[in-house]
Amino acid sequence: MKFTRGFEGRGAAGRNPRLPPGQYDIGSDWPVLTAEATPNIAIASWSFAIEGLVRRPVTWTWDEIHALEPGTYEGDIHCVTTWSKFDVSFGGVSVDTLLAIAEPLESASHVVAYSHTGYTTNLPLADVTGGRAWVVWDYGGRPLEVGHGGPARLLVPHLYFWKSAKWVAGLRLLDHDEPGFWEANGYHDRGDPWLEQRYQGD
Amino acid sequence: MEAVTKETERAKTFRLALSEPSRHLAGQHYVVRLTAPDRYTASRSYSVASAPDESGRIELTVERLEGGEVSSYLHDVVVPGDELEVRGPIGGWFVWRCDSPALLVGGGSGVVPLMAMLRLARRSERRDLVRLVVSVRTPEDLYYSEELPGPEATIVFTREAPPSWPRGPGRLEESDLLHALTPGVTAYVCGSSGFADHVTEVLGRLELADEQIRVERFGPTT
Repeated sequence: MKFTRGFEGRGAAGRNPRLPPGQYDIGSDWPVLTAEATPNIAIASWSFAIEGLVRRPVTWTWDEIHALEPGTYEGDIHCVTTWSKFDVSFGGVSVDTLLAIAEPLESASHVVAYSHTGYTTNLPLADVTGGRAWVVWDYGGRPLEVGHGGPARLLVPHLYFWKSAKWVAGLRLLDHDEPGFWEANGYHDRGDPWLEQRYQGD
Repeated sequence: MEAVTKETERAKTFRLALSEPSRHLAGQHYVVRLTAPDRYTASRSYSVASAPDESGRIELTVERLEGGEVSSYLHDVVVPGDELEVRGPIGGWFVWRCDSPALLVGGGSGVVPLMAMLRLARRSERRDLVRLVVSVRTPEDLYYSEELPGPEATIVFTREAPPSWPRGPGRLEESDLLHALTPGVTAYVCGSSGFADHVTEVLGRLELADEQIRVERFGPTT
């Protein structure tokens, strides 16, 4: 392995094991990164859908989704641009709860998460099940700010954060992988920070 | 590393000769990765400032951030002759191929990828396709100050303008962008989150559709 002349870095010895390779702890900041202009979505017209390869395509309104059993996440998030943020807390509903109602077909293997802005991101279905994904509308006990994806975003914290689609409008279940927005622009189809799956070909 | 030149008190341009030349698109970036002897690594993305060409060289302009792990290494340690590990070019969204009208709006260091686009337009003799508006605090904060000015480039100063500058210091507003709105234009907005939010709001008031706006943000929210 080639070393960079004169670079000592922040030291692997004191390195926090919660940091995936190539990441750094951003502390109390929470950067906003977006490709498109921030939208304004009214709660009254907000909806979330699960469609595609399911027995029952379903759409929830804001009130309907809030009536479901709540789910929360407390832990870390990791952005492909190399910052990680520890001990965040989100509240909403588990995607498992939503999928239990929609009933995925056996042939469903992948999902595309799509947003009210037209943003899309693809994931294996396995990565949004088993207690690993949520639709969230609260952050740190307060309503999620619009810049961070409010009124509601997808949360898949075990993958790089571009998979946690802001302003999420639904999940479409497919029997094949279909690259979403960043994936078609050079980023990885799965995005596991512990395997450093940042870009296509990683 | 071939050459290091100073743009401003806090920004330098690094010219790198690539071991595997690869022609980038204007707007793309490279990732620079530093490796310490104990295998610790730090990586950051930097936009390419130079226009795509066959030279096998790219220029990255980097602002030295207070406490910035990679930027302070680049500013304080690297010298011509050093080898750096880079990966790229990366990005397919915030790119311009010199084939359509573009309004380029950059704040501070956000001008870097837009400079690649402006250089491409000028070199291809398609200045008619671009309008660049760059917003900086003072004249000392302007990157590429010798090269950037031209009929297709407008500079907006927000804190302090040169004496007898036609526009007094102040934040970028509709009047600064109006002249650049041609039909079918795509806006490329680059800068801090605060800058990007403000400019996309102004562009919205000028009735640019969301689909016509591409945004690249640098740095944290604060």
